[in-house]
Amino acid sequence: MTESTQSTGLAAPKLRLGGADGWGYAPAPESTDHVELRDRYGLFIDGDFTDAADGRTFETANPATEEKIADVALASDADVDAAVAAARRAYEEVWSQLPPRERGKYVYRIARVLQERGRELAITESLDGGKPIRESRDVDIPLAAAHFFYYAGWADKLDYAFPGRGARPLGVAGQVIPWNFPLLMAAWKIAPAIAAGNTVVLKPAETTPLTALKLAEIIREAGLPPGVVNIVTGAGETGAAVVQHPDVDKVAFTGSTEVGKLIRRALAGSGKHYTLELGGKAANLVFEDAAVDQAVEGIVNGIFFNQGHVCCAGSRLLVQESVADEVISKLKDRMETLIVGDPLDKNTDIGAINSRAQLDKIEEYLEIGEAEGAAPFQTSCPVPERGYWCRPTLFLRASQSHRVVQEEIFGPVLAVQTFRTVDEGIAMANNTPYGLSGGVWSDKGAKAFRVTSRIRAGVLWANTYNKFDPTAPFGGYKESGIGREGGLAGLHFYLQPEAAA
Amino acid sequence: MSERRPAAAADRLPVLKTHKVYVGGKFPRSESGRFDRALAPDGTPIANICRCSRKDVRDAVTAARAAQAGWAARTAYNRGQILYRIAEMLEGRSGQFEALLAAGGTAPDEAAAEVQAATDRLLHYAGWTDKFQQVFSSVNPVATSHFNFSILEPMGVVGVLAPESPLLGLVSSIAPAIAGGNTTVVLVTGSQPLPATTLGEVLNSSDVPGGVVNILTGRRDEMLAPLAAHRDVDGLLLCSPDPDVTRSAEIEAVHNLKRVAVRGHEDWTDIQSPYEITDLQEVKTTWHPIGS
Repeated sequence: MTESTQSTGLAAPKLRLGGADGWGYAPAPESTDHVELRDRYGLFIDGDFTDAADGRTFETANPATEEKIADVALASDADVDAAVAAARRAYEEVWSQLPPRERGKYVYRIARVLQERGRELAITESLDGGKPIRESRDVDIPLAAAHFFYYAGWADKLDYAFPGRGARPLGVAGQVIPWNFPLLMAAWKIAPAIAAGNTVVLKPAETTPLTALKLAEIIREAGLPPGVVNIVTGAGETGAAVVQHPDVDKVAFTGSTEVGKLIRRALAGSGKHYTLELGGKAANLVFEDAAVDQAVEGIVNGIFFNQGHVCCAGSRLLVQESVADEVISKLKDRMETLIVGDPLDKNTDIGAINSRAQLDKIEEYLEIGEAEGAAPFQTSCPVPERGYWCRPTLFLRASQSHRVVQEEIFGPVLAVQTFRTVDEGIAMANNTPYGLSGGVWSDKGAKAFRVTSRIRAGVLWANTYNKFDPTAPFGGYKESGIGREGGLAGLHFYLQPEAAA
Repeated sequence: MSERRPAAAADRLPVLKTHKVYVGGKFPRSESGRFDRALAPDGTPIANICRCSRKDVRDAVTAARAAQAGWAARTAYNRGQILYRIAEMLEGRSGQFEALLAAGGTAPDEAAAEVQAATDRLLHYAGWTDKFQQVFSSVNPVATSHFNFSILEPMGVVGVLAPESPLLGLVSSIAPAIAGGNTTVVLVTGSQPLPATTLGEVLNSSDVPGGVVNILTGRRDEMLAPLAAHRDVDGLLLCSPDPDVTRSAEIEAVHNLKRVAVRGHEDWTDIQSPYEITDLQEVKTTWHPIGS
């Protein structure tokens, strides 16, 4: 690190805690000795854990070490059939017959046990998926519990869901979730569904099945009637069997826009209910009247939270020309302090990329961005030898037509563009097929409101980013999805209004 | 008033009306130059109507897109007054619409009832423009220090496959869409298109900005697929009881993940609720920190 010295004085040397310059943090790993993981996990169907009918399994591994954690049953069509049949039976015979208040009590129980076993779940999440323990401990697991707690209370209040109308559940919901927030996505799917009186068949992602299977244990521990929640593990074929099952009344999918379109096509004309939470390419707009240091924190949180494996990540930085140099310089300095490494270390900022396949995809985009002419910047932090890692990355001087601007990378890669006027910034923000989220940084309240109201996206953060809450509806405009999750709007998608009197 | 071409009377030859489409606040003919015949129930031709092409569909989408931001930016109060104005104009021309319905085969007393119901329906949605947001938006009590709210915003450009119900169904499908700030491209493909072409004249004299409602006549199998596949259309309202029709349109709609609402009713008498508006809205959640 050399800084030019002038006769007027010395430039202060930059002190970078956590960097490779001798000021590193001592390791602070989370203890794992209280976490029980089995070598083998079955499918959770009709209240029991069973092997797949054809006995097939797949491995789930720790992306930080590439070591296998467990063998997990691979559900085939026959297993999905059994799970849907169990869900149907539970819906008809038990769940829809229960007094709503009692249904709610079961859901509350799940919330409580999730809180009790929170640390175990956080560690399992970080082991199986690679996310930093700080995030799984402070974000994923508490929010998952909060979701169950929030929706539990709706169970006996459904008459207030649709003003002027009664409400009734849809039946059996088939749900497929991704690997970026495994337990939280399970909560987003299961909590509103069962609180509203539906039963579910959930398929977790193949790289992160463990916390969903621990949730199955918790659901059993909470005493839920068999079949109300069924969890079938597997990859794309299992997911396809769930969403295309003829006896599923409602499909809920979180994942890529590409797969979402296939599902939507398969559902055409079926009259089935569906919600799709798909990809994003959110713009984080920084205006010249923003509090720059706060904005830089927001940019970092926006794109590097959960390794950038976030559908609503602020993966495009749009910064007003007059402050672009300052913002980008401060952003680079801040990025240099980010620690990439052991997900279980409480100092870690950026954990492991979730899988080899995802790392390959990110690295492909790193090549694409460079080939298209954007200027890459990557931090110099050390990364472990084994495991899947990606240093925080910028693509400076990106153009609107660049693929790294238009396409979802789902990694710690931020495309940076500049704009001059407010209208230009808004136009650039809206110029992708996606519309999931967006961020606005300005200390002028009127401007922040104007910009948030003109961005075509379902979630807007003004002077904050990546905040979530069970009471706050979440979901996309345009090709980022159809429907909402969270809040009363999210409840609507698991109910239907009764016909007018 | 009859649209049936009357024989030349001794003293005066009636002036017959050319039925054109309504696009961007103007009344063009189809760019294709083609026509179809509107028929009485006994098969007698009543009038020529435009047989619109896929190019007409694209032009109508362009007009609807151009009008959308301005229409959505109107105050809810203003949109309510404009919908009320449509009701006023329809009331004033009730005799004409009764005659058009009767010419298409509706019994005279039913025709009068249908015009009245359509007028009242416009009034109903006029009243909702500044109320549905209050009923359906929310302030969300998040567990962090943020002011968090969810509001409804219009989807944008909505393609409407109009129902067979020639006036009440037509009005019931258009009114909630525009009440919520959407602009529309309406495909009229039923057996009685003349109330629709005449409704364009009502809209045009009701302070509805050009492009907010665009009405095309023609054949469903020529117009629906290009509309359903169009990437600048955000939502579809498919008023058809035929599952094959809605299924194929839904497949076309997958290109840009249009939102699709299906209305299979044949009787539109009771199809009136704020949910007709909210089904064509998006929910936007905004977070603002609370602090100093």
